[in-house]
Amino acid sequence: MAILIDDATRIVVQGITGREATTFTKHSLDYGAKVVAGCTPGKGGESIYGVPVYDCVAEAVERHGANTSVISVPAGFVRGAVYEAVDAGVQLVVVVTERVPRHDVVDFIAFANERGARIVGPNSLGILSPPRAKAGMVGGPAADVRKAYTEGPVGIVSRSGGMTTEIANLLTQAGIGQSTCVSIGGDPMVGTTYMDVLPLFQEDPATQAMVIFCEPGGNAEETFSEFYVKGGSTLPVFAFIAGRFVDEMPGMRFGHAAVLVEGERGSTRTKMAAMRAAGIHVVEELHDLVGGLRAVLKT
Amino acid sequence: MRLYEYEAKRLLAAYGIPLPQGQVISSPEEIAGDARRVLKVQVLSGGRMKAGGVKFADTEAEARAIAADLLGRTILNHKVEKLLVEERLQVEQEFFAAATHNLAQKQPVVLFSAAGGVDIETLAKERPEAVVSRAYNPRVGFHDFHARQMVGKAGLSGRPLMQLGAILHRLATLFQRMDATIAEINPIVQTADGRFLAADAHIDIEDDALSRHAELQEKYGIPKREAGARPPTPFELAAAAIDASDHRGVAGRMIEFDGQLGLLIGGGGASLTVFDAIRKHGGKPANYCEIGGNPSVRKVQRLVAHLLSKPGVEKIAVIMNVVSNTRVDLVARGVIKAIVERGEKPAEKIAIFRIPGSYEGDGFMILKKYGVTYCDRTVSIDEAARRAVAAFAAA
Repeated sequence: MAILIDDATRIVVQGITGREATTFTKHSLDYGAKVVAGCTPGKGGESIYGVPVYDCVAEAVERHGANTSVISVPAGFVRGAVYEAVDAGVQLVVVVTERVPRHDVVDFIAFANERGARIVGPNSLGILSPPRAKAGMVGGPAADVRKAYTEGPVGIVSRSGGMTTEIANLLTQAGIGQSTCVSIGGDPMVGTTYMDVLPLFQEDPATQAMVIFCEPGGNAEETFSEFYVKGGSTLPVFAFIAGRFVDEMPGMRFGHAAVLVEGERGSTRTKMAAMRAAGIHVVEELHDLVGGLRAVLKT
Repeated sequence: MRLYEYEAKRLLAAYGIPLPQGQVISSPEEIAGDARRVLKVQVLSGGRMKAGGVKFADTEAEARAIAADLLGRTILNHKVEKLLVEERLQVEQEFFAAATHNLAQKQPVVLFSAAGGVDIETLAKERPEAVVSRAYNPRVGFHDFHARQMVGKAGLSGRPLMQLGAILHRLATLFQRMDATIAEINPIVQTADGRFLAADAHIDIEDDALSRHAELQEKYGIPKREAGARPPTPFELAAAAIDASDHRGVAGRMIEFDGQLGLLIGGGGASLTVFDAIRKHGGKPANYCEIGGNPSVRKVQRLVAHLLSKPGVEKIAVIMNVVSNTRVDLVARGVIKAIVERGEKPAEKIAIFRIPGSYEGDGFMILKKYGVTYCDRTVSIDEAARRAVAAFAAA
């Protein structure tokens, strides 16, 4: 079992003829993911590694039963692409594109909510459920994915795409597998947050613990802490927070758009305190995740 | 991009929000005639009043003397180049109005309070009932009736309700149309003579949306600029130029520190992790940086050459997360080329190379050939950082 994507996931890639999308389409197919169609307006009839390309998402849904979309189109076109996917009935939309304006994001999230669809991203590297399901570029070529990711009981949720793979690899090296790994995106406003993923992992029989990778900036960790306490979740959650040095440099932006500490707001200090008070296991160093997880995982 | 107060007020005016009479000056002589005035330094920071950046004057001579004193000073780490000189208001009551996004609810939200003039965060903490807040569905929009409902809920009626409702509605419209991440008026002043005026304003326009707002420059004379807690150093600017020279991948975003261990690290989250780990083990980084995507050999080479040109940088540590897109072999080539071209030995200059992942076999082969200390995915980022600091200390 897994969450969000599994063997029933049938992917349409919007913007499939772009360089990056072509590459991750190949990697996904190699890994065993079902990329059933692509969409690039004006390029209907072409094919990418045997995947048929259509002008409209609706065609991909009708002909191939696509239920998940991965969007890799320029930032200015993302809003339209999400509307198209959701309107065609796609239930899960993963937005890989970076630098999508926030007013567009709240707008397409509102539309997705109306239709009961879920948005992951923007600025997500994708979702991966070992051993076969992969939506987006997360993990890279199939051979590399197989080295870093293995099937098992831990769910990973990360604001950083690269660190999703780093953490999966750390766990795999220690013999701990993963159920589903979600790169939720490094932007301040994303469609799926830690809060949205927790109940899914809680319900998933295969998942015994959740790991979250946090960064300075925003208030996602503080809000999640409140939610974790109120929701009475029984799923153990482990958190690692990077960028503690950023606390000392208010007003400076590092990395992702969200990584900005203003006074106390967004500081790692307050985030760690909030999470610890909520009963989340905050580890000091990344590799401490291994010891912490071993203590709670049933063999 | 944060706007100066006088720029924010140009937008407010364009959206029909009434303002105090005022002028922007860059020299004291621009002030003419006796009047009761307030002079405000134009810097991109809050807390100007406390920092001595807001002064009052009753005569031309007084105003000019204050202007001469304030212009050119550094306040809140910003050099004062302009002042906003406005009529001094006779305050009857102060209100607060703002529009922003609630990141957890993933919705835009409008805020209003009849207890304006103070720091809104303090107010929200101490008297949450004094702040009326309303999230709205962007597909429905924030209408004037929404604004009137909120102002009414704050206890107002009659003419104040209509005036304040109009201001709140126009502010929310500006927020939406201008791609603002925050649009705030604090305070809206009700004057003794019954006017409602936006006395101070804070607007941030989202950087990622600037490309669709040519009117900022063309219509309102608001130039695009890079914001930061401090202006970039020449070293940082040179790194940014290298990054911009080639669209393939990221190799730049350098921030200068005063240590001597050069860092070539990435991507976004991993850079933060590595930087913490280096410091935890007692290392003193010369810089923060990010590499990611799939940068070309030449780009990496130029960035490393730049890093090594920084006085005092004796060694560099090359550490990334397990990469899927960045090619290990290309980064290895770039790093080695830069060092060899300086006539130096890669084995001595590289404290450690830890990038596992895509094309790692080819990458490790190159490193081996040059005798560079490297490690694979079995070595954690923490451990690689520890080894890098140890190698630096041993040299």
